[in-house]
Amino acid sequence: MAIETIDTPRQLATVRSAARKVLLNGHPRISVGTATCGLATGAQKVLDALYACRAELQLGQSPIPISISETGCNGACFLEPLVDVVLPGQARITYGNVQPEDAAGLIEAACAGTVYGKRIIGRIDKEEFLVEGTSRNYRRGKLADEVKEVPRYAALPFFRDQVHLAMRNCGIIDPTSLDEYIAKGGYAAAAKALTEMTPDQVVDEVTRSGLRGRGGGGFPTGRKWATCRKAPGEPKFVICNADEGDPGAYMDRSVIEGDPHSVIEGMIIGSYAVGAHIGYIYVRQEYPLAVKRIRLALKQAEEAGLLGENIFCSGHSFTIRINRGAGAFVCGESTALMASLEGRVGEPRAKYIHTVEHGLWNMPSCLNNVETWNNVPVVIARGADWYASIGTQGSKGTKVFSLVGKANRVGLVEVPMGITLRQVVEDIGGGVPEGESLKAVQTGGPSGGCIPAELFDTPVDYESLTALGSMMGSGGMIVMDSRTCMVDVARYFLSFLKEESCGKCVPCREGTSRMLQILTRICEGKGRAGDIDLLHDIAQGMIDGSLCALGGSAPNPVLSTLKYFAEEYRAHIEERRCPAKVCRALITYSINPEVCTGCMLCLRACPVKAITGERKKPHIIDKLACTKCGLCADTCRSNAIEVA
Amino acid sequence: MTETVGAPSPKAKPDATPDNGHRLDEILERYSPEPSSLISVLEDLQEELRYLPREALERIATTLGVPRNQMYHVATFFKAFSLTPQGRHMVCVCRGTACHVKGADKIMNKVESELNVREGGTTEDGQFTVQSVRCLGCCALAPAVMIDRDVFGQVTPKQLRNILDQYPNGNRND
Repeated sequence: MAIETIDTPRQLATVRSAARKVLLNGHPRISVGTATCGLATGAQKVLDALYACRAELQLGQSPIPISISETGCNGACFLEPLVDVVLPGQARITYGNVQPEDAAGLIEAACAGTVYGKRIIGRIDKEEFLVEGTSRNYRRGKLADEVKEVPRYAALPFFRDQVHLAMRNCGIIDPTSLDEYIAKGGYAAAAKALTEMTPDQVVDEVTRSGLRGRGGGGFPTGRKWATCRKAPGEPKFVICNADEGDPGAYMDRSVIEGDPHSVIEGMIIGSYAVGAHIGYIYVRQEYPLAVKRIRLALKQAEEAGLLGENIFCSGHSFTIRINRGAGAFVCGESTALMASLEGRVGEPRAKYIHTVEHGLWNMPSCLNNVETWNNVPVVIARGADWYASIGTQGSKGTKVFSLVGKANRVGLVEVPMGITLRQVVEDIGGGVPEGESLKAVQTGGPSGGCIPAELFDTPVDYESLTALGSMMGSGGMIVMDSRTCMVDVARYFLSFLKEESCGKCVPCREGTSRMLQILTRICEGKGRAGDIDLLHDIAQGMIDGSLCALGGSAPNPVLSTLKYFAEEYRAHIEERRCPAKVCRALITYSINPEVCTGCMLCLRACPVKAITGERKKPHIIDKLACTKCGLCADTCRSNAIEVA
Repeated sequence: MTETVGAPSPKAKPDATPDNGHRLDEILERYSPEPSSLISVLEDLQEELRYLPREALERIATTLGVPRNQMYHVATFFKAFSLTPQGRHMVCVCRGTACHVKGADKIMNKVESELNVREGGTTEDGQFTVQSVRCLGCCALAPAVMIDRDVFGQVTPKQLRNILDQYPNGNRND
């Protein structure tokens, strides 16, 4: 559908009602989740198979009125590839772990207006228009029995406690379609802000909503905007930080891949509020699909007149440029990001002069994270009071977490602030696999810390997590079970931070190196008596002396594990033992001759040929040659390989 | 990856064709000739040629008006850039936190032994460069591997041979 230009709120309303008619046109709609997570599990093959099946059915017949489209990820990554089918007059049915072989069955069932018997996950009864606060029932007349039998999303443990504000459109709309975004109420908040509100009113609304930066710092967004608005100097800039570098967090990727226009709309509103006419989106080049989706969305918004001169005839002009990050974690730090936008190396500077006053090219610059920008249209459309009714006293709204690691149900979960860690990890994530015990959850990425299972009744909000020595960060939540070594985890984060430290200031550059050296030695069984004290000393030096947050928070993974898992450090140093059986220097692999069936699988799997033996006779591991890679244990079908 | 400035290793000589200069012209035309375009130009060139040849860097510095020291600072600071030629296919083993706790080490070991090359290196035939990357954002499908632009989730060491075999002697841009 050709994009018409949208010059007034009235025209937006016209486009919206037309697009909504298409959305609810009464034809079955099939959508396949083709975000990066979907593609990694074969969603493209499923999509191709669906297209092929439809084409086959159409041969010699009149076209079948079924639409097939791509969509983002609704967060249930453990069920990818996901396929949604809207059965007109009935419901929206979600199928999980779909294979190309299911395509024909899915299409036939959709044509017949019924449920495909396999791979059913759940059903949604209403098409939600979250920014308007309305919804429309799919059901017209009686609900078919087979649809009734499909459990509602609200009955599924993974979705039951979730509230999707940031992810309102992810996995629902086609991210390549501006019309679908508008049909869901998109750009109405921008129209409202630009034509019915003054910039001060917009800033005030955001301030009252209690929205805080979702990138990690948690700085009040409204206050940042107000300072930037008042700061002298022209031109001003707004910047979207999509350099999501925290390992273990991927909500920004998912939001951009699944709902790119929401970020653009937030930036339009922000630019109007602070008085900027140029915006930048700084997105990681490791996310090629996100780059592609946001580029397309920008082009669509420009063609529709939603970006450019005189948006909604309000007199406000705004354009957005895209810059790709070149693979440096430190560029997620605001001053380093701005240096990189200027074409220089991404080295941070001291921030006694704030970037909202002197940022990009020394001009007032308002930088927010993807998820923050994406929340802005909701705040404006639904109002500060409504938004502030969700969450806790100090932390309003919802937060998307990437619940990953050893949990049974992994993916992106969006929950109201104040929910407990236990609810997230156990109720939503389903705990850890049977036979293992839940040990800790790591939050806040490399700047955060590990929270032990005993403290899982802590509410998830900015202050509570910081009080435990961790932080909200960008929202990574990595679940760890009894087979995760906490010293190894600390070593892992320090190796990451040492690599990513830009090297400008000494405390961070030398501190990360020294800490890594000590942790490596502990993991290798060469820990010394004073090492724990030494780690504490170095940590304090880094906290006090580092230039930016990367160095200042780098000791957190070490300090939090020292605080909660001191006995594991002691086992490594004093007993030369790794209780989780992870650290290679402290473990040995052997084969239990009574269990070994002599199948020769491990023998073939061993990359260093350390295993010898004959068929149907117990094999033996040469402990001197063994590199302890663990591939043999993974291959063994009879659990004959023992780690001690 | 920060590498020392030096002559490219002869073993992994890329398809350095005479029209490299022409490609550089095309890339330079996409951006305004000012210092702030530097990173974008280098990114495009890296993608096109799989490394940043010295002659091209000199021309970029002159065209954009960037001092050479600053340009080399940028070209060696960011991991996306390489001053030596890289293989036709980039094998990126994710070492994000979720992948780490789910056994990224085993995946890396297997890739190294399958391709007979160490992390950071390029195979003798110039087909593959093996790198680790900190988070591909596929944490729910850990461990993950990205080859060129294709992401593979829940990879087991056993599957790697099959996955690598999908990348025969083609060009990564095919």
